[in-house]
Amino acid sequence: MTLATLPAAVEKFSTAYESLLTRSSNTTGWLNVLRQQAWSTFSELGIPTKRRGNELWKYTNLQPLAAADFVYGVSGSVTRDQIKVAGPWDDAWNTIVVVDGKFNAELSNLNGTAGLNAGSLAEAIAGGTGDVELQLASLAGREEYAFTALNTAFIDDGAYVAVIDGTELKEPIHVVFVTSNATENRASYPRLLVDAGAGTSLVLIETYLNLAETAQFVAPVVEMFAGERSTIKHYRVQMENEKSFHLGTTRISQLGDSDFTSTSFAVGASIARNDIHTLLNAPGASCTLHGLYMTNGTQQQDQEISTTHAKPNCSSNQYYKGILSGKSHAVFSGKVVVERNAQKSDATQKDLNLMLSRGAEIDAKPSLEIYADDVTASHGATAGHVDRDTLFYLQSRGVSEDAAKAILVRGFAEEMLNEFKPTALNEFVERITDERIPILLAESDTIGTT
Amino acid sequence: MTNQNTISRESDLSGGEYKWGFVSDIETDLAPKGLSEDIVRLISAKKEEPDWLLQWRLKAYWHWVDLFENEAEPTWAKIDYPKIDYQDIYYYAAPKGTNEAPKSLDDVDPEMLATFEKLGIPLQERAVLAGVAVDAVFDSVSVATTMGKQLGELGIIFCSFSEAVKNHPDLIKKYLGSVVPYTDNFFAALNAAVFSDGSFAYIPPGVRCPIELMTYFRINTEGSGQFERTLIVADEGAYVSYLEGCTAPFRKTSQLHAATVELVALDNSEIKYSTIQNWFPGTKDGEGGVYNFVTKRGRADKNAKISWTQVETGSAITWKYPSVILKGDNSVGEFFSVALVNNHQQADTGTKMIHIGKNTKSTIVAKGISAGKGSNTYRGQVQIMPGAENAVNHTQCDSLLVGDECSAHTVPYIEVRNPTARLEHEASTSKVSDDQLFYLMARGLSEEEAHHMIITGWSRDVIKELPFEFALEAAQLLKVSLEGAVG
Repeated sequence: MTLATLPAAVEKFSTAYESLLTRSSNTTGWLNVLRQQAWSTFSELGIPTKRRGNELWKYTNLQPLAAADFVYGVSGSVTRDQIKVAGPWDDAWNTIVVVDGKFNAELSNLNGTAGLNAGSLAEAIAGGTGDVELQLASLAGREEYAFTALNTAFIDDGAYVAVIDGTELKEPIHVVFVTSNATENRASYPRLLVDAGAGTSLVLIETYLNLAETAQFVAPVVEMFAGERSTIKHYRVQMENEKSFHLGTTRISQLGDSDFTSTSFAVGASIARNDIHTLLNAPGASCTLHGLYMTNGTQQQDQEISTTHAKPNCSSNQYYKGILSGKSHAVFSGKVVVERNAQKSDATQKDLNLMLSRGAEIDAKPSLEIYADDVTASHGATAGHVDRDTLFYLQSRGVSEDAAKAILVRGFAEEMLNEFKPTALNEFVERITDERIPILLAESDTIGTT
Repeated sequence: MTNQNTISRESDLSGGEYKWGFVSDIETDLAPKGLSEDIVRLISAKKEEPDWLLQWRLKAYWHWVDLFENEAEPTWAKIDYPKIDYQDIYYYAAPKGTNEAPKSLDDVDPEMLATFEKLGIPLQERAVLAGVAVDAVFDSVSVATTMGKQLGELGIIFCSFSEAVKNHPDLIKKYLGSVVPYTDNFFAALNAAVFSDGSFAYIPPGVRCPIELMTYFRINTEGSGQFERTLIVADEGAYVSYLEGCTAPFRKTSQLHAATVELVALDNSEIKYSTIQNWFPGTKDGEGGVYNFVTKRGRADKNAKISWTQVETGSAITWKYPSVILKGDNSVGEFFSVALVNNHQQADTGTKMIHIGKNTKSTIVAKGISAGKGSNTYRGQVQIMPGAENAVNHTQCDSLLVGDECSAHTVPYIEVRNPTARLEHEASTSKVSDDQLFYLMARGLSEEEAHHMIITGWSRDVIKELPFEFALEAAQLLKVSLEGAVG
């Protein structure tokens, strides 16, 4: 894969990179090596652009990102009330707050739960906690992917979560990445490392909030290690402001009989990508990747969802739903790879889209790559508008057209909203959806019979 | 029953080897190896072409050179092959004595007639009985077209491309490159520069072509490429069903086949295009075989319909995406495909349905069978343009894996820019079910027979779209091609 290098775009990040090196010259040796490797990868790759042959960025145009300038390392102040208003919150949760990429102890709410070691990534690195040296950037960072390389080059702080073998956590862990209010356009590289030991059970909520009104560039990288027989329920809530760029990467490696479920709620940003990859790395592992995305205005939401079945007897399920309005653009690029020896694999893939307006565009690419024969794999994708007959049915019973549409859109989203189990989280995504639907409908077109 | 032999009936199916691998000892007229402006000029001169066509070829040639120098040979397909040396290919190989088009079959070299006889292609006038009109293309040159007289009475033109350039220049000038311009892609540019012959069919307004038209392609000369070009124009309200078959000799070196097919379906017309692609697939160990890089596309105007049906069992490499541009309102596009790979074969094939007109409709049914060490990819694109109100697409692509060393991939691209469109895409991948095998074997079928029965049944949705003659042949071909893969 050759990605176009835009020297100017690389140049923009290099001053910041050098300042980071000077500032943290006494950092752990292995981290510096890691950063340098990642930086040289990024310098070769540059910001990827949409052009022929660049399959990963075929549909999402990053030109606006390449053209913009960002400052790095400027941190603002945030209050807990601001976080509570902007995102989901529950005092019972173990909450880690990371402001502009830096762990913030005052805003965090760690309840000292037994078996849980959660806090600053910088501290974990400095203290050589657990397997941090082995794990960090082992799933994301050494690959040839511009934004993971960029994030890895800028690893400084973030959140670290380790759950000791056999621990079953009752309350969710909530990691909030918040961008403070500022007048500058800034770049931040949030990082999260999750080490779930054998037989653990946990709920992890990852929330991205943006308190700025200016364009921010947020390129988070999350790595999760699911130990044997662990059960992880993961939620990802992306609430960037409408001018920002959010290019997120999530990498999960699963051991035997582990069960990983991820549900994403993506409504924010001007250009957003949710790139998630699960590696089913031992027999009996299973994963379920769900998501709801809503776009309006000129937003671009890109779901890059992939699973690799590396060992036999694993199962995977990808299921996403999109609601598009205005002149927005959504991409669903799902991929399942079943490797040669991964017999008895079971994989399903589904992407359903509701298109409410004439200017919107959906590009779906659900692909399967299968190298083993004893496999059942299937995928499906649909796109269409609100069903006319159903709309008519509701109208004939006295519901106004707008109200009927709202009911149908809400009904379409409902299935995914129900996947958000923790009460405070469920209430939050329902509230945001209910606020969002009138906006989507205001930008929709009436599609009558022709 | 008369000897209206099709390939299947003529061949002995017991051996499981490629049956069409013989070489015909026919003297050929070869232009020197390699590609240059001179070769393009030579081909054009040999064909006594008008200047406008030469100019078109030259533009295509320089465009190709530009692409070549910019390393624009497509690499996105899931196929792996050694770099093609474009200077090590004969771009023009014609059986001697065909400089003058044969006036009747009596003028055709008897050895060549014997070749087509062996292949089971009814060239003789008894073709009347078989109910098909055949244009036979040997290496690069069309050697015989049958049934011309009967078709002529209806105003149907069916002849070699070269003859059409001489006799119907206006039609060629109007439609050549109108659906696949030479700028379309790397191989289309190459074809436009060096195409040597091919078939041309024109069905006048309101005429329903009463018999199937057929082109039979045969590569014979070692080291030669085949670059034929087919153009079919169905005028308003016309109908035609067109068949295409192909074979090549058993060679340990690979041969390049880069064809272009253009279909033009004017208002209210219908073109049904069926292919049985059985180019030499290479040996069991993956030596030789045809590299098949083909551009096929049709344009459907108002209320027109274009239907592609293909059974792909041959070629070492298949790179082929028969497409339909649904330009006119209410136009319909269909794609039915069975692609089978065995041994070291690799296929990356599928379709493109570009919905432009209102109420356009497309259907895609693609079945991929992978056996041996074969790699099979379905790659398809469905594009709904902003103006395509109420467009409908249904896609189904299924893959079947036979053996644990093969692979099957599905890569659909679905691009929707109109909210009134309805799209459904479904795909599945599985192996032949043990329960089904057990059921059949319990009733006395061998494992191999049971596999054949299941695979034939599984491919039925596509096979049934083929004209009767071809359907029989296709079913047999699937059987022969799979031999050695089971048990």
